[in-house]
Amino acid sequence: MAPPLIEAHDVVKLYQMGEETVRALDGVDLSIERGGFCAIIGPSGSGKSTLMNIIGALDKPTSGRIVIDGAEIGGMDDEGLAGFRNRTIGFVFQSFNLLPRLTALENVELPMIYGGIAPAERRERAAALLHRVGLGDRVAHRPTQLSGGQQQRVAVARALACRPALLLADEPTGALDTNTGKEILALFSELSREGATIVLVTHDAEVAAATKRTIEMRDGRIIADTNNERISRHDAHV
Amino acid sequence: MMRTSDLVSSAARALRANPMRSALTALGVIIGVASVVAMVALGSGAQAQVERSIASLGSNLLIVVPGSMRGGGGVRAAAGPGAGWDSLTIEDANAIRQQVEGAVVVAPSQRSRAQVIAEGLNWNTQVEGVTPDYLVARDWEIAQGRFFEDSEERQARRIVVLGATVANELFPNVDPVGQTVRINGGAFEVIGVLASKGQSGFGMDQDDIVLAPLTTVKRRISGRNRRADSVSQISVKAANEGELNRMQQDVETLLRQRHRTREGEDDFTVQNLSSITQAAAQTTQVFTYLLGGISAVSLLVGGIGIMNIMLVSVTERTREIGLRKALGARQSDILHQFGLEAVTLSVAGGIIGLVLGVLGAWGMTSLFNLPLVVAPQNAAMAIGFSALVGVVFGAYPAWRAAQLDPIEALRRE
Ligand SMILES: Nc1ncnc2c1ncn2[C@@H]1O[C@H](COP(=O)(O)OP(=O)(O)OP(=O)(O)O)[C@@H](O)[C@H]1O
Ligand SMILES: [Mg+2]
Repeated sequence: MAPPLIEAHDVVKLYQMGEETVRALDGVDLSIERGGFCAIIGPSGSGKSTLMNIIGALDKPTSGRIVIDGAEIGGMDDEGLAGFRNRTIGFVFQSFNLLPRLTALENVELPMIYGGIAPAERRERAAALLHRVGLGDRVAHRPTQLSGGQQQRVAVARALACRPALLLADEPTGALDTNTGKEILALFSELSREGATIVLVTHDAEVAAATKRTIEMRDGRIIADTNNERISRHDAHV
Repeated sequence: MMRTSDLVSSAARALRANPMRSALTALGVIIGVASVVAMVALGSGAQAQVERSIASLGSNLLIVVPGSMRGGGGVRAAAGPGAGWDSLTIEDANAIRQQVEGAVVVAPSQRSRAQVIAEGLNWNTQVEGVTPDYLVARDWEIAQGRFFEDSEERQARRIVVLGATVANELFPNVDPVGQTVRINGGAFEVIGVLASKGQSGFGMDQDDIVLAPLTTVKRRISGRNRRADSVSQISVKAANEGELNRMQQDVETLLRQRHRTREGEDDFTVQNLSSITQAAAQTTQVFTYLLGGISAVSLLVGGIGIMNIMLVSVTERTREIGLRKALGARQSDILHQFGLEAVTLSVAGGIIGLVLGVLGAWGMTSLFNLPLVVAPQNAAMAIGFSALVGVVFGAYPAWRAAQLDPIEALRRE
């Protein structure tokens, strides 16, 4: 059997707040297969974002070991981390984080610029991705000229630009209304069916139910890990 | 690894996003470079002017005059017509010609003031009795007519050559050559006019002069209160500047022997024009450096302006920097992007400043009637220096941007 895409062992993240030490992550063990589609749920402050940032190499754990796509993140220098974020991870943020001065096309091109991809290929790939997320007719629009859902689609296209092994989305529907959120979720489901590995954080039980696996956190620990497919298959039998 | 073309276009885009702010930031450098360029050009112009006007007295020249120099200050002892004033003679000039090695031309001359009259106009000027060698020694050119010959000089012919100022004053509308002027009651024929030399480095009008044969002046103009063979000046021209110091010593030794004086009690003074030129040139050069240095301070202030705006920009764009890092930008990519923005601002400011500085220098030099001197290496230095200002003052903000923690940066609003 192929090794899992994400392997985390006893990951601890501490924040020192004056006298007090906040245990944002308190010994997390986690393994996610290639092609997995997981939702992380849990109350506010339970450490979901912290875990996502550490998996995405944006943040460093206080202790513990993380191997993603065969690479140990702990031992990487700035150049290694930058390359890893560029090629292995695709991030989707709650607040979209598009650059307001750039068009949709240029926003999608951005990670490919840091990947050193030639301009012509970059433009072609960005246009194809925008088409893929249903924005083929919005390439020249700036973020302010797009709706929230459209902006998040651009962000998804950007996350896919360098063909990452892993798509991380921290509350991707958090800033959207219910219907638009469903559309974005449907897009993730489609991508999952096409073989992408996706981890997303959500507060919405409905969103979590649409994934294959739900990981529940509380106080920096994983307290439940449910396989939704078995449940839904079981439900179907009943 | 980011491509250079992407780096350049992202810097250009960032600067264009705030055109007013970019322009005002560059303005600091523009003013700095413009004032450095203008001041240095002005100083160089003054320097060139001083060198040119001193050189117009004659190059590679020693001038021997009667009387002693008091101290090192260059002020000649106020010797009246008494002792020491008549000490130089034509024989001294002959001895220098024969015995001092390297003397190409030796020209004794006698100067006296006189009223020159021509058809109702009169002009008080310097009448200099000279030999034809004087023309060579002092690098004078003839503009009209001719100069007199050695034979005419020996025969004490009543002929004169006018300086440009005298010619203009006495003959405003007619060709002076062939006309007659009266000096001390005698009539003299004008045979030529000298080419203009303009002001000397000491503010004298060198064209305010009349040249006549030495013997003529001694007999008919300068009067009888002097020794028959005395001269007021001997000009000694060397083949090249390198020999001047040695020749100065040789002339001094020779004249001491002839006059039976000891060092320190000389009744003559040998002036070396090239050392005067050097001293004057050095003074104006120091002046140039001073002006340039003072205006360089404004360039420094411009650099601090760039640093200030870049720091503001880094703070404003913290979230953007965090996002870029999350998408795979390395520290060096961020460093280069912000560094390039600073350098672009400063170099653009440098180029505009150079143009404005040259224009300003042109305006000022034409106002003060100085030559405009803009050395290409000074222009290149201005651009190079402004680039350096961008690198130095952009380095810290760019480094700050590169060091930002992506998580912290993304969390910032
Ligand atoms: N930079 C920080 N400094 C100090 N404490 C922090 C910092 N970042 C996170 N924390 C703490 O770590 C804990 C986990 O935070 P985290 O953002 O991971 O929670 P979360 O599960 O994503 O919550 P939410 O659902 O509200 O987004 C919280 O108690 C939080 O206060
Ligand atoms: Mg969170």
